[in-house]
Amino acid sequence: MPGLVVEKVDPRFLTHALADLPRGVVVVTGTNGKTTTTKMLVAILREHGLGVFTNPTGSNFTRGVISSMLAEVPMSGRLKADIAVLELDEAHALKFAAAVKPTYSLLLNVARDQLDRFAEIDHTAKLLAELAQQTTTGVVLNIDDSFVSRIADRVREGVKVTYFGVDPSIADRLPELQEADVRFEDSFAPPPPTAADGLLKPHDERSFEVRFGDTERVGPMVLKQRGLAAMINAAAATSMAKALLANEFREAGAVRALERVEPPFGRGEVIDADGQPLELVLVKNPAGFTVALGTYGSAPVTTMVAITDDYADGRDVSWLYDVSFESLRDKGVGLTSGVRAYDMALRLKYDDVSVAEVEPDLQAALEHFLTAYRNEPKRIFCTYTAMMALRRDLAARYGLAKFGEDPA
Amino acid sequence: MSIATNGHPAEGDGVSKGRIKVVHIYPREMSIYGDLGNTRCLASRLRWHGYEPVIHQHHPGNDFPTDAHLVLGGGGQDSGQARVEKDLAHNADTLRRLAAGGTPMLMICGMYQLFGNAFVTVEGERLPGIGVLDVTTQGNAKRMVGPVVLETAYGDVVGYENHSGSTQLAPGQQPFGHVKVGMGNNGADRTEGAVTGNVFGSYLHGPVLPANPRLADALIALAVERALGVPFAPGRIDDALADEARRRQVRRLVR
Repeated sequence: MPGLVVEKVDPRFLTHALADLPRGVVVVTGTNGKTTTTKMLVAILREHGLGVFTNPTGSNFTRGVISSMLAEVPMSGRLKADIAVLELDEAHALKFAAAVKPTYSLLLNVARDQLDRFAEIDHTAKLLAELAQQTTTGVVLNIDDSFVSRIADRVREGVKVTYFGVDPSIADRLPELQEADVRFEDSFAPPPPTAADGLLKPHDERSFEVRFGDTERVGPMVLKQRGLAAMINAAAATSMAKALLANEFREAGAVRALERVEPPFGRGEVIDADGQPLELVLVKNPAGFTVALGTYGSAPVTTMVAITDDYADGRDVSWLYDVSFESLRDKGVGLTSGVRAYDMALRLKYDDVSVAEVEPDLQAALEHFLTAYRNEPKRIFCTYTAMMALRRDLAARYGLAKFGEDPA
Repeated sequence: MSIATNGHPAEGDGVSKGRIKVVHIYPREMSIYGDLGNTRCLASRLRWHGYEPVIHQHHPGNDFPTDAHLVLGGGGQDSGQARVEKDLAHNADTLRRLAAGGTPMLMICGMYQLFGNAFVTVEGERLPGIGVLDVTTQGNAKRMVGPVVLETAYGDVVGYENHSGSTQLAPGQQPFGHVKVGMGNNGADRTEGAVTGNVFGSYLHGPVLPANPRLADALIALAVERALGVPFAPGRIDDALADEARRRQVRRLVR
């Protein structure tokens, strides 16, 4: 891995390459939505004419950033771009900040995720707060997530705090987006939203706008990616873009950019499989799986669930019991797969969801799924490494772009 | 390609064999690692065996249900433990009385530690437990994290541990099992968990009961005998999925 080599050989490589970018470095982090939000923010900034350096989809460790830089850094060792927008894993965001102080940070949310790595949610929240403290110019925070909004009183003096969130009219949908059970009442109450804060206001299942104060609207617009989570990501990206661009921000440009963004690989990506849509939906943690089931629950199709337990997936599969699968009950599940296929089938049994077949081998499972359900729409919920493997097979089968070729 | 036998178990002739009250203590504060799955598992299995489960969630500050037939607790964060300490101390006598009277209990991870004599933090502060299990836990800087296979009275038990506390059994205290793979109580003596009477303490998430139905049914049998005064009359449950999932984990992990 070239990024790893450079990280070891010259730890100052990052600092040097990112120094003096005229508009600085933006870090996007949080448990869920990093990849989608980063892609959206990059699209908006490019639509405004900025040269943006970003790390490719999902490579959210420091060395992933370095790897992607190697291709773009000229002999001078300095990047030719106006701004860098980097998606970083919560733990690696801090490592990164030790080398390069972010100009802006966009902090999305905190949820149970891979507790074998992060141990505690409180710990993850602390990592985000420390990142905010390292940020030099501005932070954009999720106003609805108390783990994130309360970071406002932790930033350095002079650092501007703005928020994104949901319009009060849909506050009743917050429980499906975050884990109320791990949030306790505390003394911190975020300030009432101002005209600098972007609030999501959906019109229906697909159309929405992002409101800034009483008069300013970005939208209405319709994303290619479905679901409330994607809309909130759009509100986050729009709020960050507005904070960055200030007077240069153009509402029409932002809408144009957001409506063109393709779902990142495996995040609700729709693949044409022998004339039928096949949706690939990445699920990494209880909040993400719950939101995914809510997003797709209104349109049940034949389903496969692939669960692996590599390091990148989280090795403990206990989290599957913090998700309710009742929305799959009517239609049942066609197939479970991955090394934990039997654990997943067992989990579904406890929610009275029938499972037609169990096939731990991912390739065999995919082959069977595509053949047995050839003439109907399909959906695969999968963990990260399962997604990588399945998508590689699907790419070969249907001639899709490979990873790293994601047209950002 | 294997065919899943996802048979829905017979639920008897529809006449309940009796009501069993399952109390989950501190489900908000002490269940971030999926341990609610244990409660879900017991509720379903009770129903499948023909009994009527009554699930009660006990939150700090509420009256503790003294008519509990089975008590469950899970793992939480340090902040979660701090939030339940007062209530646990308040109900310690009730829990000790229930335990002494034979009420089956399963305490996982953080609640296992709190059912011991004490938790000693890295800084040396001694936080008292309720002393149902004769164990003492010492806080560590390093966490013990990873998949576990145990040898127990209920066969091989699989799960996942994620704890920073290192637990020592007092002389004479029975462990729940012996470690085949993983760290267990302390990474040194190959013991895992503790059992006193019908009270089980363990570090195993997974959650442990769905993955190990023999253990689940053992708890149910104890609860039934205590609640109804008659032997457990199991229904027929197809555990093929759980058995296969467990066999595969054992095969992957035990070398």
